Amino acid sequence: MALQSLDIKRRSATTTPSPRVRATLEIAKLIDLSKCIGCKACQVACMEWNDLRDVVGTNKGVYDNPADLSARSWTVMRYAEVEPAPGRLEWLIRKDGCMHCSDPGCLKSCPAPGAIIQYNNGIVDFHQEACVGCGYCIIGCPFNIPRLSATDNKAYKCTLCSDRVAVGREPACAKACPTGAILFGSKEDLLEHSGGRIADLKERGYRNAGLYNPSGVGGTHVMYVLHHADRPELYSGLPRDPGISPLVVLWKEIAKTVMGIGLGAAIVGGIVHFLTQGPNEINEEEEETL
Amino acid sequence: MASLAPTFGRGAMTNHWVDIKNADLVLIMGGNAAEAHPCGFKWVTEAKAHRKAKLIVVDPRFTRSAAVSDIYAPLRAGTDIAFLGGVINYLLSNDKIQHEYVKNYTDFSFLVKDEFTFNNGLFSGYSPEKRSYAKTSWGYQLGSDGYVVTDPTLKHPRCVYQLLKKHYSRYTPDMVSTICGTPKEDFLRVCETIAETAVPNKTMTIMYALGWTQHSQGSQMIRTGAMVQLLLGNIGVPGGGMNALRGHSNIQGLTDLGLLSNLLPGYLTLPGDNEQDYQNYLQARAFRPLRPGQMSYWQNYGKFFVSLMKSWYGAAATRENDWCYDWLPKLDKGYDILQVFENMHKGTVNGYICQGFNPLASAPCKVKVAGAMARLKFMVVIDPLATETSEFWQNHGEYNDVDPATIQTEVFRLPSTCFAEEDGSLVNSGRWLQWHWKAADPPGEAKSDQAIMAGIFLKLRELYQQDGGAFPDPILNLTWNYRQPESPSPEELAREFSGNAVTDIADPKEPGKNLFKVGQQLNGFAELRDDGSTACGCWLYSGAWSEKGNLMARRDNADPYGIGQTLNWAFSWPANRRILYNRASCDTSGKPFDPKRTLIYWNPVTGTWSGADVPDFNILSAPENGMGPFIMNPEGVARFFAVDKMAEGPFPEHYEPFESPLDVNPLHPQNSTARANPAARVFTDDWESFGTADQFPHVCTTYRLTEHFHFWTKHAALDAILQPEQFVEIGEELARELDVKAGDSVRVRSKRGFIVAAAVVTKRIRPLQIAGKTVHTVGVPIHWGFLGLTKNGYITNTLTPFVGDANTQTPEFKSFLVAIEKV
Repeated sequence: MALQSLDIKRRSATTTPSPRVRATLEIAKLIDLSKCIGCKACQVACMEWNDLRDVVGTNKGVYDNPADLSARSWTVMRYAEVEPAPGRLEWLIRKDGCMHCSDPGCLKSCPAPGAIIQYNNGIVDFHQEACVGCGYCIIGCPFNIPRLSATDNKAYKCTLCSDRVAVGREPACAKACPTGAILFGSKEDLLEHSGGRIADLKERGYRNAGLYNPSGVGGTHVMYVLHHADRPELYSGLPRDPGISPLVVLWKEIAKTVMGIGLGAAIVGGIVHFLTQGPNEINEEEEETL
Repeated sequence: MASLAPTFGRGAMTNHWVDIKNADLVLIMGGNAAEAHPCGFKWVTEAKAHRKAKLIVVDPRFTRSAAVSDIYAPLRAGTDIAFLGGVINYLLSNDKIQHEYVKNYTDFSFLVKDEFTFNNGLFSGYSPEKRSYAKTSWGYQLGSDGYVVTDPTLKHPRCVYQLLKKHYSRYTPDMVSTICGTPKEDFLRVCETIAETAVPNKTMTIMYALGWTQHSQGSQMIRTGAMVQLLLGNIGVPGGGMNALRGHSNIQGLTDLGLLSNLLPGYLTLPGDNEQDYQNYLQARAFRPLRPGQMSYWQNYGKFFVSLMKSWYGAAATRENDWCYDWLPKLDKGYDILQVFENMHKGTVNGYICQGFNPLASAPCKVKVAGAMARLKFMVVIDPLATETSEFWQNHGEYNDVDPATIQTEVFRLPSTCFAEEDGSLVNSGRWLQWHWKAADPPGEAKSDQAIMAGIFLKLRELYQQDGGAFPDPILNLTWNYRQPESPSPEELAREFSGNAVTDIADPKEPGKNLFKVGQQLNGFAELRDDGSTACGCWLYSGAWSEKGNLMARRDNADPYGIGQTLNWAFSWPANRRILYNRASCDTSGKPFDPKRTLIYWNPVTGTWSGADVPDFNILSAPENGMGPFIMNPEGVARFFAVDKMAEGPFPEHYEPFESPLDVNPLHPQNSTARANPAARVFTDDWESFGTADQFPHVCTTYRLTEHFHFWTKHAALDAILQPEQFVEIGEELARELDVKAGDSVRVRSKRGFIVAAAVVTKRIRPLQIAGKTVHTVGVPIHWGFLGLTKNGYITNTLTPFVGDANTQTPEFKSFLVAIEKV
């Protein structure tokens, strides 16, 4: 979704410098899992705001429905029944969706100019009109978020309601959340707020309560307050130390550099050849043989 | 309602949603607020975040509420009285009660008649043949002055305190564990945490819903919770209360307006058929004070009743004809939904108008309900949707396997508007009448419910006018002064409920001056009269639409005292009071128990009660007058001993559900009469429809999911996407026994039928040790049927038993027996 009112920081497969005049506030969404009751109001708000209607599925023996993210489900609740200590049952419910990484693996891996962009405020957005449907963003994402649509063969994911944020509104999910488990604001404010929540959880006996804002992707613009920050994998497999896939790094950084060097060397070689040997001349004999 | 009124005087949530943020401790039991009331649950989150409140959840299942709790304790479905009786015993034995409160604001010191006894599980006066009690012994000792005899030292063996202590001494932690299956250490941890709120500056709120109501002893479960709160001094205070969370957005309004078979608006009651005389009817309801100086507000019953009759019958209601008292039906018995479907099943009901209700799905024992409907000549369904009820005669394969050729019932469907297609008011759990405005025009031929009812009424009246008939008076004389008679407006109806002056009303203090001119809206129920000069359709709502306008439409959320009492937001009955019995938040001298949470207080300088809330009290009555805070009760105090107000006894006693895994009640192993509620009504033919544990070994409980609302939202795409297909929940151990994996199809059978659904295998339901045996719980959500956008499913109430609470007849949906197998 192209938005003129948000300054673009980076575009996929593009080197044009970004605008740097306006002072843009870095925003974030803080999802406090200790306040989440798994009501799925966020899923409904997302479907309504974004005009999405996934298929009416089936029950696979769990509360999760739709069962997974899809091109028509940009956020889903994941329910995990865990026993962090023997005899102590916890039902850990996590709203899954794009984390809006500071260092987005999807954007890095995308070969289509302008299909993935990162705004100065931190939102990572897909512009489907430029998407070529190669699926590299899926490989590049450490959180397994983007999904290709079978309808139009383009990739979709949470936009962090970039269209709402651009006009000063909170994301639809944050507005709908009945318990205030989803907060939206400046990343700085939310980091401070999370400190108070973590202190409260520690008082209630969650000694390892903490914030999920992983450095492997440069921090994220969707952060979680976790009761068990030492074991994020308890929350339906939230990665402990997410980073961009080595394949993407190999392809986009090493291989590209090597290729760049190769391409540069070829050009330089050509120039040197021209300067030392002069232009390539073809005599009549050679022309005839051709 | 049938339990809070006998205890406190009024049957409604004592506090309100926002006030839950003032709690130090929240007990969710007999409900699952996070699941069924997610928006209201935000106030629990606020209490946790800003008051460091703790949340306790006691439930057979580890619910969505339990997911955010500090303490969770499991119990067997249907054993809440045993659990709470154990809490009462703990509080009394460990002296964790608020002494000043219970001594002054409850019946602790009242002496009970010597004839009252409790033996072997039965109270005095029981008749096994009638399955009911003669309640003459369930009362107080009265002195020669007509007042109750009391013993302020609380030492007299017949005082309520001593009887209470004795009654619950049997509910030891071991007995609780035996009956409920709650591990003893979990039970004691809950008790210790609850006991912390016995001090004046800590409060607990109890949030409950249909998890308490829908049992054969549901009213007494609620009463037991209310007694715990009284012991702790948690009624009438901010952050306290018995908070009945209503299951529909306007079910509080339904009961307020008297839409139950035995009620009139404002909790006035219909006469019985032995009450043919108006004065006798009145005297039995206009209670005289039972202690000196008490308000006993029901003394004004006549004012409310006459104003109601003036509202209905206008000039036809006169003093000479007892305000048309003879026109009211006189009941031979209650006509609750079970009774009506029993009659229908017996073939004594020919026609049925079904408005905003889907009984094929919502009433227990589908086979009986469907059989009853098939015996009707006609059924009129008024609903925005095609409901299972309106299509009960259609064959929908395994989900509704009927033969239409054998059903002769003629069904008329009258499409109505839904809430978003009409103006009007809804009464929320916290007694707020909130006006709402329509968002869209209704589709097609849909009409508002009042237009449909008006159409039926006008036609009936016309037929009576033309053809005459038996007893036409109540129809021909009904007031019908609406500007568009065929479609009364919500505004007109709201003004009628609020009340107005029928004649000019003179000011007694200033001769020649009028307090009200004819037709003016009144300010509140204190202005109602029993001389025919006022009309009011529902005295409790009086003042909601005064000369100041529609107070229900107010949307000022200013909170000047900072404790969540937003007096200019909508209108709260009664008289815009937000917390009922708020006089009890102060000590006997009128000072708040907790100065940091001042609700109201006595100001000796001005000589009035005032504060953040509207006092639920006579604002001019000084503390030294000794008027009690429970102004509706003739005692002036709250009742531990419910006198004759409950069907099964003045003190709640644990009885097993009608279908129980236990052959005996562990409290009364020798008395089979005291196994299940001895005062619950069971229709003769239904005894055989109850299953036993040898054939149906598992305890089943039914409930809602947050993704759906009853049988309605399965017609909405968004909800269908979120929870598309029927399932049942079983624990991992039972799943292993059955060789069932998550997602496998299982058949759940009761004596009354079966359903087939996907299995959710969960750690959240654990096996319980009950009286030495392992008992499994099977959880069955209710929302599916054979119409709508979700995958078709079986109606859950195929399984449930046709028996209800002894006081309200609310069906026992929450605890019965099933067997389960893999298919």
